[in-house]
Amino acid sequence: MMILQLLFFPLLAALVVFAAGNKYASKLALLLSVVQMILTVSAYIALQNSPEKTLYFFTEWIQQPKISFHLALDGLSLVMVGLTNFLLPLIILSSFNRNHENPRGYYALMLLMQFALVGVFTAMDGMLYYIFWELALIPIYFIALRWGGANRVPVTIKFFIYTLAGSLLMLFGFIALYWYNPNHSFDIRDFYANTVCSCNQGWLFWLFFLAFAIKIPIVPFHTWQAETYKEAPTQGTMLLSGIMLKMGTYSLIRWLLPILPSGVAEWGPLAITLCVIGIVYASIIAIMQRDLKKLFAYSSVAHVGLIAAGIFALNMEGLQGSVIQMLSHGINVIGLFFCADIILHRTKTNNIDELGGIRQTAPLFNTLFMIIVLGSVALPLTNGFIGEFLLLYSVYSYNTWLAVFAGLTIILGAVYMLRMFQKTMLGETSAATVSFEQLHWNEWLVLSIIGITIIVMGIYPKPVFDVAQPVLESILNKSLIK
Amino acid sequence: MNTLIYTTALGLLCMVGEILNLRKWLIPIVLIGLSVIFYVNFSGWGVEIPATISGLNMSHMVHIDNFSIAFSGLAIFIAALIFMLAHDYYKNEAHHLSDYVAIIVFTLVGALVMFSYWNMAMLFLGIEILSISLYIMAGSRKYDTRSNEAGFKYFLMGAFASGFLLFGIALIYGTSGSFELTKIAAYFQSGQAGALFYTGMLLMLIAFFFKVAAVPFHFWSPDVYEGSPALITALMSTLVKIAVFAAFYRLMSQCFFYSYNDSHIIISIVAAATMFMGNLVALSQDNFKRILAYSGISHAGYMLLTILSVQVNSEGALLFYSLAYAVASIGAFAIAIPVFFFTRSENVTAFNGLAKKNPWLAGILTVFMLSLAGIPPMAGFLGKYYIFSKAFESGLFVLTFIAVINSIIGVNYYFKVILAMYSKPADETAIEPTPLYWAVIVTCLILSVVLGIFPNVLMGLL
Repeated sequence: MMILQLLFFPLLAALVVFAAGNKYASKLALLLSVVQMILTVSAYIALQNSPEKTLYFFTEWIQQPKISFHLALDGLSLVMVGLTNFLLPLIILSSFNRNHENPRGYYALMLLMQFALVGVFTAMDGMLYYIFWELALIPIYFIALRWGGANRVPVTIKFFIYTLAGSLLMLFGFIALYWYNPNHSFDIRDFYANTVCSCNQGWLFWLFFLAFAIKIPIVPFHTWQAETYKEAPTQGTMLLSGIMLKMGTYSLIRWLLPILPSGVAEWGPLAITLCVIGIVYASIIAIMQRDLKKLFAYSSVAHVGLIAAGIFALNMEGLQGSVIQMLSHGINVIGLFFCADIILHRTKTNNIDELGGIRQTAPLFNTLFMIIVLGSVALPLTNGFIGEFLLLYSVYSYNTWLAVFAGLTIILGAVYMLRMFQKTMLGETSAATVSFEQLHWNEWLVLSIIGITIIVMGIYPKPVFDVAQPVLESILNKSLIK
Repeated sequence: MNTLIYTTALGLLCMVGEILNLRKWLIPIVLIGLSVIFYVNFSGWGVEIPATISGLNMSHMVHIDNFSIAFSGLAIFIAALIFMLAHDYYKNEAHHLSDYVAIIVFTLVGALVMFSYWNMAMLFLGIEILSISLYIMAGSRKYDTRSNEAGFKYFLMGAFASGFLLFGIALIYGTSGSFELTKIAAYFQSGQAGALFYTGMLLMLIAFFFKVAAVPFHFWSPDVYEGSPALITALMSTLVKIAVFAAFYRLMSQCFFYSYNDSHIIISIVAAATMFMGNLVALSQDNFKRILAYSGISHAGYMLLTILSVQVNSEGALLFYSLAYAVASIGAFAIAIPVFFFTRSENVTAFNGLAKKNPWLAGILTVFMLSLAGIPPMAGFLGKYYIFSKAFESGLFVLTFIAVINSIIGVNYYFKVILAMYSKPADETAIEPTPLYWAVIVTCLILSVVLGIFPNVLMGLL
């Protein structure tokens, strides 16, 4: 029952916010998302006390063809749901003092998105999962379309069609899995029984991999991403980069590795190579960027490329590293985009060359931004370090040469992040930054929470490892061909 | 059988309505009549009694089985929605109202015959009753040249198709010696079928391709859809299309079942071409009715997949898809007709800025467009999913994949409408549908969403 509360509360919240009207939309949305956060914590406690460390809900939904309403919250799901529900209040809080037209629609769509995301992370029936996966696309599309930047129309339609194309291929894959398993069902337990002939796993791998690779995005399927991040409103970008792309990496672990082990064995090496190429490629492009949001977008491609590489390395370090790094990246990247938004809001520009010297006028902002940047370049004792270390180690034990190239991410990452920081925050003030306004209460609150989390997670990441460990072990067992 | 008789009686009553001066009460009477017929129709559910007229056994002519009852129910429901729209649509043409209503009821009669025929002669009668009614309705705006063109073009093309059908039936009768579906099937199974039989079958297939507007026999459809009055376009793209498909399915499942191996290549090629053609051409259209016409062509392509997967009992998929497609289309028309009326334009630009002018209407039309595009959790998604799944089960891997690719293309033009509503500036014209329109819109909305989440009710039927 707890898991149903966790799933349907955001949907209810979205309806309440929409019905309550424009005046209280933002405050009500914040309040309800905090309640959802509390529900998540109580679910965590319930999970720890349950004998199997999993919360279930199962009921028949559609008899013919057999689709069940099967939800489960295990350690892996909990980490993802926790990330979603932790970030959402921050994202909502970050939008205070920004006057959006028709706020009730804006916040209701965000909460609807949260509903779909929690659904994706807890669904254990293929078709249910697919429906949530698609459902997540609709609110973010409308957020970007209605509240986005000047060039939003062609960019958002490209984003929508691109990701939908991937999803439909996945639908075809699910239909194939349905008929290939002898029970003819979409239940993940039937998929995990691994009844698909290895002769069919190769092409099935590509159907699923394409859907996830577009969402993550893995180079060369990333072309929708930078423009969309730039054109979407900041909260939309945060949702996309902080949570939505984790749908892809999570799905690799849950819905690809254990279901198609032979397919992964056959094509995994190519996939991991693509990931590593993507890391280097995106880092180099990030160095060239002059626009803050685009720079963060490409740095994000590099980071998630490493996460995906760690997953395809098929070892325990890689899976653990990817889980912790999904969390850290989600937290860091929304911090980065929020900083870019704060700068844009005050100086009307996101061009690095026109900025500089913000430290002198806004020292508190400088400190908080610094912490987030350090987390993002994976300095020891920040949350980025432990994940990136584990991921690189896993790629290293997979293949030394790949690890050498993947390791460039740390060096190149430091290059573009620190240079960006230097050019925007340090040095002499420019015309744009000379009257830089101090942080509002909501801004420093969001950035402080992010900053504290970065440090706490960097020092003590153990709870995350503990909670995800058993699930990851069983998934890894199924993913390796004996 | 009663369904058919009562509906015919209702049609006659409407014609007499003019004399009895019932004009004002005509549509309420028809709606009440249809609900009674709907009830009568389903009272025969599950009981397979042979069709009789005053004791005379008609079971070699029509068979009332669950298939025909389910589709009849669907057709009556669609007709009722159309009549609800007709009340306000024909407000300014009240002097013709009883003619129009009677003719639309006769369209329904034709459809009902096509759901339950057991005999080639009945099939032909059904198709002709349906088509002749439509020729008149397509040209019913007699001072509008486009409507004239639509009526005339539809008549010529339709007559051609009927000729093909008749010729095909004649050849099949000539070789097999029977009009009855099962006897023809038995004749084919006995292995005596020769070239003339195959020619007859091919001619019948061509006639059906004509009627469902499958490529390369689709050229009439966009012009006719565009020229006809919008309400009649709604009727053609839902009720008529579903009727022809159900008849086609019945023909393939009851009569040509054993010749599947010979016919499936032709149908497969036509299906693939129809999907690609409909979707790709729809991309470059600006007129809303033409977009729906081409999208209708592509939907015909998807529905042909159910005809190809006839061995795995895909009639449930066809029924679900038909309903999902029909409610989304009629809902879209119920919004489009007032929009056309107030903006005096039938282009996609007529929808510009609807989200600002009337956010509820824009939101609901978005749901219909998403449903037509097949995006969860709307009913259109499950409909598409059922068709794909059945096609995959019957081994049509490549065609299913082509259908998936086409779904991706299809999203583009449905989003044209959504983009117009949400990202284009609004003009001054306010758009306010009348309460009856709202009733239809809300009914379609509820069905589009609820069927997407609880499809069990319908999927349990067949």
